[in-house]
Amino acid sequence: MAKKQVNPTRMELTKLKKKLVTATRGHKLLKDKRDELMRQFLELVRENKDLREKVEAGIQAANKNFVLARAGMSDEVLNVALMIPKQEVFLTLDHKNVMSVDIPVFEYQTKTPDSNDIYSYGFAFTSSDLDDSIKSLQDIFPDMLKLAEVEKACQLMASEIEKTRRRVNALEHVMIPELRENIKYIVMKLDENERSTQIRLMKVKDMMLEQAHHYKEKEQMV
Amino acid sequence: MYRIAIMGDRDSIYGFAALGIATYPVSDKEEAVKTLKFLAESSFAVIYTTEALYTEIADVIETYSEGLVPAVIPVPGVHGNNGIGIAKVRKSVERAVGSDIIFNNEN
Repeated sequence: MAKKQVNPTRMELTKLKKKLVTATRGHKLLKDKRDELMRQFLELVRENKDLREKVEAGIQAANKNFVLARAGMSDEVLNVALMIPKQEVFLTLDHKNVMSVDIPVFEYQTKTPDSNDIYSYGFAFTSSDLDDSIKSLQDIFPDMLKLAEVEKACQLMASEIEKTRRRVNALEHVMIPELRENIKYIVMKLDENERSTQIRLMKVKDMMLEQAHHYKEKEQMV
Repeated sequence: MYRIAIMGDRDSIYGFAALGIATYPVSDKEEAVKTLKFLAESSFAVIYTTEALYTEIADVIETYSEGLVPAVIPVPGVHGNNGIGIAKVRKSVERAVGSDIIFNNEN
């Protein structure tokens, strides 16, 4: 690992120690966040998968009916029948906060409360296959909306999980080891400095004593 | 107040008009991109597209994946299902977990 140059000073040491505490705390929090997000995501994604299978099957069934309807009617009649829809759908958007990820919640209202208003035509000139297919679409519609909600939530959560995971890994494998190493380096350097100061003092003391009492000369005289 | 739109080839989407969903038939890629941009800037919270169209303009759709709305959702068209919808779910699992653990045991 490319080691960053740090000043072996006490101030730097205090700073690094504080940083390490923050990093460790952040790492723990982010890890918890990741785990909880993951739990919720897995629940949601299972729902997403089931819904998608259901919606796909439903739309395919409806499409079969539509093909039949088209076969039984001329294009003009069909166009006229569906030209002006009677019904209209509106959405209200709310959002839910899941571990700091905003996920959408859709609520739908129809313009008219009558569920039969999906048939925007008189029944005289259209085949009953058209009625069937529109009915089957209407049946699947709440699930389609739910699918939109869940799928969007899954997307958003997946990207948040990815981000969180990267942060956790960066902290765990880069930041924290680097800080630890730097702290160790500073501590060792400071200890070394202290030892060398101590030795120097001892040496100086010896020299001063020697000067004052002339031990060596006395030794020689004896 | 938001609305719902569906875009794709006409045959696949005209039935949704009856439900009150705004239908936008598109036939080629440029038109689709233009329509998508228009829809995303208007008040459409959910935009369904046929799977075939979704595959074609996936890179443009990707730019809307970060925001809360619009949710662009692929649905099968009249020509059937090319699997992009499930593939997308699988991709988000892979992105989040690192490997595919939901669909693994099915293949």
